[in-house]
Amino acid sequence: MIKVFKNFKKKDYFIMLICVILMVSQVWLELKIPEFMSKVTSLVQTGSGDIGEIMVQGGFMLLCSFASLITAVIIGYFAALLSASLSLKLRSKIFNKVESFGMQEIRKFSTSSLITRTTNDVTQIEMTVAMGLQMMIKAPIMAVWAVSKILDKSVEWSALTGIGVLILLATISTILIIVIPKFERVQKLTDKVNGVTGEHLNGIRVIHAFNAEKYQEDRFEEVNNDLTKTQMFNQRMFSIMQPVMMLVNHSLTLGIYFVGALLISEAGMLDKITLFSNMVVFSSYGMQVIMSFLMLALIFMMVPRAQISAKRINEVLEEENTIKEGKFNGKTDVEGEVEFKNVTFRYPDADENIIENISFKANKGETVAFIGSTGSGKSTLINLIPRFYDVTEGEILIDGVNVKQYKESALHNKIGYIPQKAVMFTGTVKENVTYGDSGKGKVSEEAVKEALKVAQAYDFVSKMEDGVNSHIARGGTNVSGGQKQRLSIARAVARKPEIYIFDDSFSALDYKTDLNLRKELKKYTKDATNLIVAQRIGTIVNADKIVVLDKGKCVGIGTHKELLDTCEVYKEIALSQLSKEELENA
Amino acid sequence: MPRPNRGVPEKSKDFKGAMKKLFASLNKWKYLVIVSLVLALISAILALITPNKLSNLTDTITEGIRPQINENTIREILASEDISDQDKSAFIEMAHEMEKEGNSDNNGIGSLAKLDTLSEPVKEKIKPIMDLDKIKGIAIILLALHAVSAILNFIQAFTLTTVSNRYAKNLRAKISTKINKLPLRYFDSHETGDVLSRITNDVDMVAQNMDNTMSTLVTSITLLLGSTLMMFITNWVMAITAIIASIIGFAFSAFILKRSQKYFTARQKELGKMNGHIEEVYSGHNVIKTCNATKLVTDEFDELNKSLYDCNRKSQFLSGLMGPTMGFVGNLGYVAVCIVGAILTSNNIITFGVIVAFMIYVRMFTNPLSQIAQALTALQSIAAASERVFEFLEENEMAEEKTGFKKLKREDAKGKIEFKNVKFGYDEGKTIIKNFNLTATPGEKIAIVGPTGAGKTTMVNLLMKFYEIKDGDIIIDGISTKELTRENIHDLFIMVLQDTWLFDGTVRDNLKFNNEVRDETIWDACSTVGVDHFIRTLPGQLDAEIDNSDSISQGQKQLLTIARGMIKDAPFLILDEATSSVDTRTEEIVQRAMDKLTIGRTSFIIAHRLSTIKNANLILVMNEGNIVEQGTHEELMKKNGFYADLYNSQFKK
Repeated sequence: MIKVFKNFKKKDYFIMLICVILMVSQVWLELKIPEFMSKVTSLVQTGSGDIGEIMVQGGFMLLCSFASLITAVIIGYFAALLSASLSLKLRSKIFNKVESFGMQEIRKFSTSSLITRTTNDVTQIEMTVAMGLQMMIKAPIMAVWAVSKILDKSVEWSALTGIGVLILLATISTILIIVIPKFERVQKLTDKVNGVTGEHLNGIRVIHAFNAEKYQEDRFEEVNNDLTKTQMFNQRMFSIMQPVMMLVNHSLTLGIYFVGALLISEAGMLDKITLFSNMVVFSSYGMQVIMSFLMLALIFMMVPRAQISAKRINEVLEEENTIKEGKFNGKTDVEGEVEFKNVTFRYPDADENIIENISFKANKGETVAFIGSTGSGKSTLINLIPRFYDVTEGEILIDGVNVKQYKESALHNKIGYIPQKAVMFTGTVKENVTYGDSGKGKVSEEAVKEALKVAQAYDFVSKMEDGVNSHIARGGTNVSGGQKQRLSIARAVARKPEIYIFDDSFSALDYKTDLNLRKELKKYTKDATNLIVAQRIGTIVNADKIVVLDKGKCVGIGTHKELLDTCEVYKEIALSQLSKEELENA
Repeated sequence: MPRPNRGVPEKSKDFKGAMKKLFASLNKWKYLVIVSLVLALISAILALITPNKLSNLTDTITEGIRPQINENTIREILASEDISDQDKSAFIEMAHEMEKEGNSDNNGIGSLAKLDTLSEPVKEKIKPIMDLDKIKGIAIILLALHAVSAILNFIQAFTLTTVSNRYAKNLRAKISTKINKLPLRYFDSHETGDVLSRITNDVDMVAQNMDNTMSTLVTSITLLLGSTLMMFITNWVMAITAIIASIIGFAFSAFILKRSQKYFTARQKELGKMNGHIEEVYSGHNVIKTCNATKLVTDEFDELNKSLYDCNRKSQFLSGLMGPTMGFVGNLGYVAVCIVGAILTSNNIITFGVIVAFMIYVRMFTNPLSQIAQALTALQSIAAASERVFEFLEENEMAEEKTGFKKLKREDAKGKIEFKNVKFGYDEGKTIIKNFNLTATPGEKIAIVGPTGAGKTTMVNLLMKFYEIKDGDIIIDGISTKELTRENIHDLFIMVLQDTWLFDGTVRDNLKFNNEVRDETIWDACSTVGVDHFIRTLPGQLDAEIDNSDSISQGQKQLLTIARGMIKDAPFLILDEATSSVDTRTEEIVQRAMDKLTIGRTSFIIAHRLSTIKNANLILVMNEGNIVEQGTHEELMKKNGFYADLYNSQFKK
């Protein structure tokens, strides 16, 4: 929490100081009100009949009240300003930090967690600061001041108020101690209800097919029961709170009056009146003491939640970036050359290598394919080229220069990366194709069309309502999986890179489209180097080099024909997909 | 504890209708609801009595301050032998003086100070007497009133909480049951997230706010009306003063509320936009990096962040104004009551106790006003949320199956299936399967092929009666499927789909899934499929907890679902072959298992493998929703049509 507050600047602290000063004057004003109230009361009580005097005192009281309202408005304005600007800064800081992350850090936090950290957690802090800052400063001032006001009035009354405060605090803290751990349980059970329902919805065909409707309802009933029970318990506990609060408040007033009656009857003539008006005033001070302690209790409820959020935010902000940008601007004599030299990689928290001692070289215009079973490390291997991760051992050279020496943008300008899962951004088709900056200037309308044609996407795009200016919905929900993949390929093509990286980017395409696309691509990118990860043998039979991976190790490099003879793993994969004669015909 | 109500109140489409349905569905608990609302009413009435009693208490205390100067005490003092004559005459003089003043001073305590000059014995006689017994009596009554009110309040809150939680549970269960009754069409056209949000967010919204809102409304309205009535009964001038003062203040805060509402809506909208952008950027991290689009997304983020900041600041500020404003309104009412009260008191129209009572009445009047306003906003949100829940619950269900259906037992089924002139379309007026005919004899394999999105699942939908055909008939062993219940048809089919579905539970539960079988049967199926070794490596074996997450590889998941199908052992099979989501070597194991599953069953296979396709007794070629060709591999190759084209494209350079 304190670390989060370090985001406040000098100016903010100055504003806070003003707030504190205002707050003090506000408390002074608020505590002044009962004094005037007491004067009004005793004026009414003694019935001196001087309405003018009552008006004057009442006027003062209203003036105080109004002044307190004005200070509250100013403080409210500043608090809103502080909290909103803090959340602005935090959000922006987290966002920029995440943008600087490599895949390793993203993987560590997980995308969904990063999203909640940037949004919900920041909002939580903002709320706490907006409400809490005021209360946090005001409550103690109020409590101390109000207590000091009543202490010298009467020991008996003070004691009564003390008892009231104690009862309240005891009730609240007991309830909270019982309920707070259950809150977490409610959260977990809610997730479970969500989980079971999610399963239900996703598996609706299977459930029908197995006539398991009742079975599923029973499973739901179970979690539903658990959730209801826990939640009901919590809410029932909370339903004790308000009646107790009301009862304590009323009893306190009663007690003060009753004790007051005793004190008055004991007192001398003159003291009686003073005592009487004191009594009326005291009952309102007593209320203020109770309110300020309630405020304190509320803060104690809010702070831990904000604390958790603050911790989660700090974790992100303090994460050390493992990938450090180099300085090289990317001007090289050779182009399109990728070389792996004894590259080994493992996740920092893992014991086993994902890939081990891989070496190969791809020259300009060549196509190198990677094949192997799931978990063999082929995706990881090509993810090392754009430095999503850094190698653990060995080095990767692009155009003869280690990727670590490149400036990030210079490195990425050489690369056209197409991920396994096509990513679409809200905007038009054109915006999606020309996305980002390739370092080669603005992409012309013609180039967009050409890229779409190469990626076999032009046909369906031109059938869309506004052609290249058609809107792509969030997450690309208005285009099919295959169409997304083709647009994603078009995006890489439009960048005119030296090196294409296809991370299993053809999987959602049917054979026919796959074939046409590769044909066009070959024509269009004949000077570029292609690195292809694939599952289908058909996609890669014509590659200049095929790297066969098995459990992170390279078990064979060569052409399709060579590997069929020399590499057992390759042969096995190939046979599982094509019959013998088909293999030979290919 | 009041729940902070900071969200935007959503507008419901039909507020009255939603409320009506809400209350209608509460019918089951109507007695509990009525009882607790009556309790809320009683406790509010009790609260209304207390100011009068408090006024009595104050008056009695005031009484106890007044010196006892009346005929009795005067006579006593004059008759007393302990008091000197000098003192007596001093007292008489004073009493006369006070009597003169008394006309303008009904309390008679204005000149108390002078009494101190009197001698001790006189003072002793006229000393004010605090009627402690009476005070005690009133205090006890008051305490009892408060205690009863608190207890009633608690019972009321407890009951309503119980009702609202049971209600929420009931709603959730209803939604869960509803999912089973909806036609598949619904899920093909609605997002999962939408249904999920109804079952959690919306139900929670209704349940959590319902109890509070109902009791708040009853209590507040009672207090509002009651305090108005009580004020007018006690003193109409004061009543009008209090009401005018509060209304002025309330109008002001209503104005603020209205303004802040606008910013809350804007804020929620901005927040939504921001969330969308962040989600997009974070999940597209790779692409953004390699496209050097960091600056682009950051610029957009900064812009969104800035406008969110503006909305945040304004809404936060305005909503923070409510509290202080209400405080000021309270004070305004107080001062107004005091001033008018003082004037009335000095004219002997009311006693001081009345002022004390009014101080409380003013609070009783102003608080409910703001609470009613808040409750009405909450009511809006409840209406909007429950509308969404009811909307889902009222979706058209699958046609009710009448009784008198034929029954085809699993054991009796031979495995023959016929399609006769079947016509089908998802949308009205758009027939995608026109006049389709097919006869599959027991044990035959029918392969369904076609590019992605060609509508291969349509065949599954028709076979399983997930969708009703428009025209024609599908006949199983001579019985029209129109004469068989869906349940019966499902019983005859094993269905293994590509997107493997496992649920949170033990391996055993996942495998036997609604079939009562012994462990041996499960193990047998597992070893046939070849997944027994994997299960043995799990901690707890069949009792191991699994779920649909990534902890189990896709291939193992496929094998488990195949084993599940094998355990069911039905005469018909629908099989969706694995594609690229599994690596080629695992795929081989999976396919071996699938081949075993097809033995002896009439199988419909959504095929991706050449071996399956070539061996099929019949191939259905689908494209753009239609069956474009059918025949054996050889026939179709000879035809040199769509199928031949599709087949050849796999091997072209």
